[in-house]
Amino acid sequence: MKDFAALFTAIDQSTKTTRKVAALAEFFRSASDSDRLWTVALFSGRRPKRAVTTTRLREWAAERAGLPLWLFEDAYPIVGDLAETIALILPPGSDETDRGLTYWIDYLKALTPEDEPTRKARINAAWDELGTTQRFLFNKLLTGGFRVGISRKLMTRALAQATDKPETELAHRLMGDWTPDSTDWHHLIEAEDATADASRPYPFYLAYGLEDAPESLGDPAAWQAEWKWDGIRGQLLLRDGQHFTWSRGEDLMTDRFPEFARVADFLQGGTVLDGEILAWDGAPMSFAALQKRIGRKTVPKKLLSDAPVILYAYDLLEWQGADWRDRPLAERRAQLTTLCDALPPDAPIKLSPAVPFDAWDELARIRSTARDAQAEGLMLKRLDSPYLSGRKKGDWWKWKLDPLTIDAVMIYAQQGSGRRANLFTDFTFAVWNGNDLVPFTKAYSGLTDEEFRQITAWVRKNTQQRFGPVRQVTPTHVFEIAFEGIQESPRHKSGVALRFPRIARWRKDKPLQEANTLDDLKEMLRTYG
Amino acid sequence: MAPLLTFRPEGIYCARADLFIDPWRPVARALITHGHADHARAGMGHYLATNLAAPVLRHRLGDISLDTLRYGETITRNGVEISFHPAGHVPGSAQIRLSYKGETWVASGDYKIEDDGLSTPFAPVRCHHFITESTFGLPVFRWQPQAQIAHQINAWWADCAARGVTPMLGAYSLGKAQRLLSLLDGPGPILTHGAVEGTNAVLRAQGIALPDTVPVTPDTKGKEHPGAIVLAPPSALGSTWARRFGPRETGFASGWMAVRGIRRRRAGDRGFVISDHADWPGLLRAITETGAENIHVTHGYTDIFSRYLSEAGWNADIVKTEFGGDDDDIPDTQDAAGAA
Repeated sequence: MKDFAALFTAIDQSTKTTRKVAALAEFFRSASDSDRLWTVALFSGRRPKRAVTTTRLREWAAERAGLPLWLFEDAYPIVGDLAETIALILPPGSDETDRGLTYWIDYLKALTPEDEPTRKARINAAWDELGTTQRFLFNKLLTGGFRVGISRKLMTRALAQATDKPETELAHRLMGDWTPDSTDWHHLIEAEDATADASRPYPFYLAYGLEDAPESLGDPAAWQAEWKWDGIRGQLLLRDGQHFTWSRGEDLMTDRFPEFARVADFLQGGTVLDGEILAWDGAPMSFAALQKRIGRKTVPKKLLSDAPVILYAYDLLEWQGADWRDRPLAERRAQLTTLCDALPPDAPIKLSPAVPFDAWDELARIRSTARDAQAEGLMLKRLDSPYLSGRKKGDWWKWKLDPLTIDAVMIYAQQGSGRRANLFTDFTFAVWNGNDLVPFTKAYSGLTDEEFRQITAWVRKNTQQRFGPVRQVTPTHVFEIAFEGIQESPRHKSGVALRFPRIARWRKDKPLQEANTLDDLKEMLRTYG
Repeated sequence: MAPLLTFRPEGIYCARADLFIDPWRPVARALITHGHADHARAGMGHYLATNLAAPVLRHRLGDISLDTLRYGETITRNGVEISFHPAGHVPGSAQIRLSYKGETWVASGDYKIEDDGLSTPFAPVRCHHFITESTFGLPVFRWQPQAQIAHQINAWWADCAARGVTPMLGAYSLGKAQRLLSLLDGPGPILTHGAVEGTNAVLRAQGIALPDTVPVTPDTKGKEHPGAIVLAPPSALGSTWARRFGPRETGFASGWMAVRGIRRRRAGDRGFVISDHADWPGLLRAITETGAENIHVTHGYTDIFSRYLSEAGWNADIVKTEFGGDDDDIPDTQDAAGAA
């Protein structure tokens, strides 16, 4: 694994994209088929099945290092990464052998059927044999979450450099539910596409937020507006008599949404739709209704009738077995409209209607009513644009409503992980209820690195009590919290749950007493809930 | 009988001899372990330090009332024996030994175990009470030998030169920068920032041999020095000052670079794990070799380190000081990170 460790080091040591991509492309040119296949798999979020729980790993690492477990646990949040903490805390390994990435993955796979003492002995043996960087990577394979500063986009670019295939084609090839066990390098990357897997979705086209005024987009007649829904972005595929439902995060969700099994009754094979999966009761329901359906692999009947889902379709990517992505939006949309118009009223697919408008200021007024429509804002799409892959500027824009905001008091703080190791970045916020502070949300993002440094120094000096990794701090600082929506929630002490809460700014100008109250929150719930 | 040393709001205090060690508020008599700003502050009535630390103290604090001792030389004040012993942290740095009627204390300031070739190497001093720092008092900190880090830095320099970019190495201007200087070996000249060059001049004047350097002036242009490496305080690397060197890469040299998250946050291209503080094995070895039963833990991971020592059988406690910014944000404070 020394070549893979060298690749990791090269990626990790540079802040420059071109150097990272060049290192990865070189690896793709020179590594064995199985090593490079696994590398593609790891960098696209696939990983070997977890062979050991992290609890056991911590215990075994502490024992091997001859240290009490509490010391390991105290060091972990400072390092901010379990795999790294283990790699650093163990006595130095011999670093004498060099086996490939695939060897170590097979080694981990072989652990699954073994009993615990055997697994422990083999993991200790691996730790003893590996140098620090290799050991860190081995632990990453064990613990999952292989994020090492190479995005999928950059990996695809490196793959394109190494194989001379276009990036868009490779991005498409890497979609779907393949694993290194279900395919090989030749089939995934090189083979002619004729035998492509029927379940393979297209890469999603993602929009950037609109920063300038919409007037900057030019003639309004060249644009289509749609509501931006707050559901799950999804692709529905109907091919070879089977249907597949994919989320934007490339989770195969076919079984979670059995409603779509009926699409084969209305649609012909060779159809792929892009749209929003929403809970529906004649109109879009709130995200909270849909949330009950997420994370459930099988759906009880009651839930199926309480929160039935539909696909609110807004694009047609494949029609009659042909890839339509290069055709202009206007043409795709016309065919999509024809297709949806022919569906019976109870079909689980509906057309997400275009929002007609003649002028930008008119559209701005319409946008301000988005919450009434259960929408987050508008999407703007250029009518002559193809369906691109990945996040690209120019043809699609999100034009979201300004978030709701409330001023809240920080009462608990916890250290972050990874790049935020050793910094307090995860906070709990409260609002006033009489003389009490009632916690109502957590938020993690929104401050600059410099502000996180300041607040970290402050938290260290103003800790009142510790609850494990969580520190209760003296209520002092007021922050403006921004969020997209508010729902009633009996599970929370405050009685409300926020959608996408984050820190908008640190209100250093605001005294503690002037933070908002629980009544203010409840008023927002009445207005926007 | 009261202990020989006590901990006061002004600093570490010896009542018997009426003097403070590295005080952080103005006092009449101060013993100074070394010249870093958190240990040697302005405003003391009288200073006592090693002869090797004196030039830097005068450079930093100006015209002060200062006496010096050589390592191992003893003076007595109201019956208290006072002597300075090598701490290996930076040139001239000392552990301070105080002894009275068989009770011996050592305040170690900042220290490291490895011989860096520039500072007088650390020497353990037997005592009953040992005051230790804990900047890197976690078992995840374990340094590699200096030669190995030197190899990494020089390989980076050569690689940058081959690619036509200028490597910019960030390090604290007193101590760390000169240690790195003595390790640098590459295809071009070593250019230095004014803050680094200021300390270089002081150390050269007292007879410490350093390689030749080219001070950067307002007229310096990167193109005129092909193959050069630039040595500067970390805060200078992101400033407009750095732009004159054209295409460049940045590296930071600090013990904190052992942690990937901290390294990534600094957003440098490279992090070199080299510190003038003891690592975990170093702290434990130093403590063991003093033979002390009582360990007073100051600046760093004080609570974790003192708990570990207590469980391992020492009589350990935490002492609040104003060294190193206490438990503060050391990894993220630009120049403090360099000092580590």
